[in-house]
Amino acid sequence: MTGPGSLVTRINRTAAFKALGLAVLAVVALLLPAIAPDPATTDKAVFTVMFVGLATAWNIMGGYTGYISLGHAAFFGFGAYAFGLLLVHLNITPGYAPFLLVPVAGLLTASLAVGIGWVALRTRAATFVIVTIAFMFIVQLLAENLVKVTGGGAGLGLPYPREWGGDFFNTPFYYAMLALAIIALVLSWWIRRSKFGLGLLAIRDDEDKALAVGVPTRTFKLTAFVISAALVGMIGSVFAYYMTYIYPQFVVDPLIGISMVLMAFLGGLGTLSGPVIGALLLEPAQLEFAYRFGASRLYLLFYAAVFLIVILLLPRGIVPSVTDLFRGWRRRRQMGP
Amino acid sequence: MSLILEAAVLGILTGGVYALMASGLTLIFGVMRIINVGHGALVILGAYLSFALFRSLHMDPFLSLVVTMPVMFALGVLLQLVFIRPLKTDREALSVLVTYALALGIEGVLGYIFTTNYQQLRAWYETASFEVFGFHITYVYVFGFVLCLAILGALFLVLYRTSFGGAVRATMLNRTAAQLVGVDVDRVAALAFGLGVATAAAGGVVFGVTNAFNPNSHYDLISRLLTIIVLGGLGSLRGAIIAALIMLVTEDITAVVISPVWANFVFFVILIAVLIVRPQGLYGTRVRDRI
Repeated sequence: MTGPGSLVTRINRTAAFKALGLAVLAVVALLLPAIAPDPATTDKAVFTVMFVGLATAWNIMGGYTGYISLGHAAFFGFGAYAFGLLLVHLNITPGYAPFLLVPVAGLLTASLAVGIGWVALRTRAATFVIVTIAFMFIVQLLAENLVKVTGGGAGLGLPYPREWGGDFFNTPFYYAMLALAIIALVLSWWIRRSKFGLGLLAIRDDEDKALAVGVPTRTFKLTAFVISAALVGMIGSVFAYYMTYIYPQFVVDPLIGISMVLMAFLGGLGTLSGPVIGALLLEPAQLEFAYRFGASRLYLLFYAAVFLIVILLLPRGIVPSVTDLFRGWRRRRQMGP
Repeated sequence: MSLILEAAVLGILTGGVYALMASGLTLIFGVMRIINVGHGALVILGAYLSFALFRSLHMDPFLSLVVTMPVMFALGVLLQLVFIRPLKTDREALSVLVTYALALGIEGVLGYIFTTNYQQLRAWYETASFEVFGFHITYVYVFGFVLCLAILGALFLVLYRTSFGGAVRATMLNRTAAQLVGVDVDRVAALAFGLGVATAAAGGVVFGVTNAFNPNSHYDLISRLLTIIVLGGLGSLRGAIIAALIMLVTEDITAVVISPVWANFVFFVILIAVLIVRPQGLYGTRVRDRI
């Protein structure tokens, strides 16, 4: 059975298609700073890849387990501050060395996430959403009020590598963000295929039944939460290094928290490629809008509009909808004359 | 000691405002099982509507409620029809995102029209005060408290003394059963959303006279309101009112005893304590698959 319409060829063809798409995407992503070296483009690329990583990391918790966290900005900001404070107090010469602190910031964020997750995961559904929002504001308030540690509302300045001048400045940050996005994607892919991931999906479908058939729901949820938070924290730390100056409302920004959720929803919750597609579509558009209408705050309207359109018209996201459309078309073509 | 007592009195008075705002939020949750993250933005919108009426017609903020409450009620019904009702699957999660989007939209529009400068509603009672037992109490807190009590009273009358209120409570208890005995659940949901938004307008006026606000203020407000309704138990009106009073009194006393900077934290510390001890809140019932 290897005729043109058989199952084997079809799977092979789809797999080949996917592999080709992935390869093209990888080549473009890796060579981007060489193709378009001007700082305006690479700056946009840094943020776009950053959101690819954030949305993918968020999806590990929100998409796989169905627990919607609107407070992931807390981990983003915590990672940023952890990194910034380490960099300032350890007196590390700016350059490539500070990137070694990124995993440290990730570990610190993970330990914070264990505490927050332990409390927040005592609740479900609606209450969980509320609790994550509350925790985000706790972290923001702490960053603002622990003036002696964080510098409070005045912010925290980070040393930056002066020798990376001109067009090159953005490039190391771009690759750092890309590396983190790839780590997030590989983790997400591996979790999706593992028994652990199966347990997470079971929790999403019916938590009580999952528990009844022997899924250790508490441990699984907490593990997914911590992995997701640690990735977000690491991305936040690279962001802090790139920005060279951070303050509470800037890094613990509810808009960053909601953006990663929106991107995951747009692309398709719980899919591997969904958050990537969502981020690639939305972030450049959002940057363009903020650039044009930022001063008047009208860009918030753009946000609201995209959000409402996505949820009311495409509640399942692009990837599942397109997949269904494609399958339906296939079936109809096979059944035809 | 007298400072603490004064703080407690102030806490009760401001607690009334939060009780009103939170009861709208918890009513909406109770009827529709959705969390209206846009509630804070609607409160701020109510404050700005009164601000606009004051600026153009010199209308007294409290008096302007005669105009703004019906307008906000209609807006609430409209929002429910256009944005909440179409959600068919996974309403609880999706509604959070939809109402978050509404909050951003409202923030964007308000920022465009009124800029992000801080504003405050002005009236003679905003600074004038009177003395009782040696305490100075500003009129606005008393007026606001009385207003909130009146509106809460009206809300309870509607809920417990009218057939519409019976339908609302039936829907809160069991949506399917209410539908089976002939309650038009969709109509109840739309009107309840309208009622919740109208109370937000009233809360907005009192909030706007006692606090400076800008389009951004809704974040701070919604985090407090959500904490209050979680503490009270989602969907419980009594719980929301008692939780609001507990929170505000504790906050104001902390501000006096420790420092105003840390008073904000009290809210969240209480929330964490409640979640550890009693995740369903004061008056919530624990439903296995919901909370």
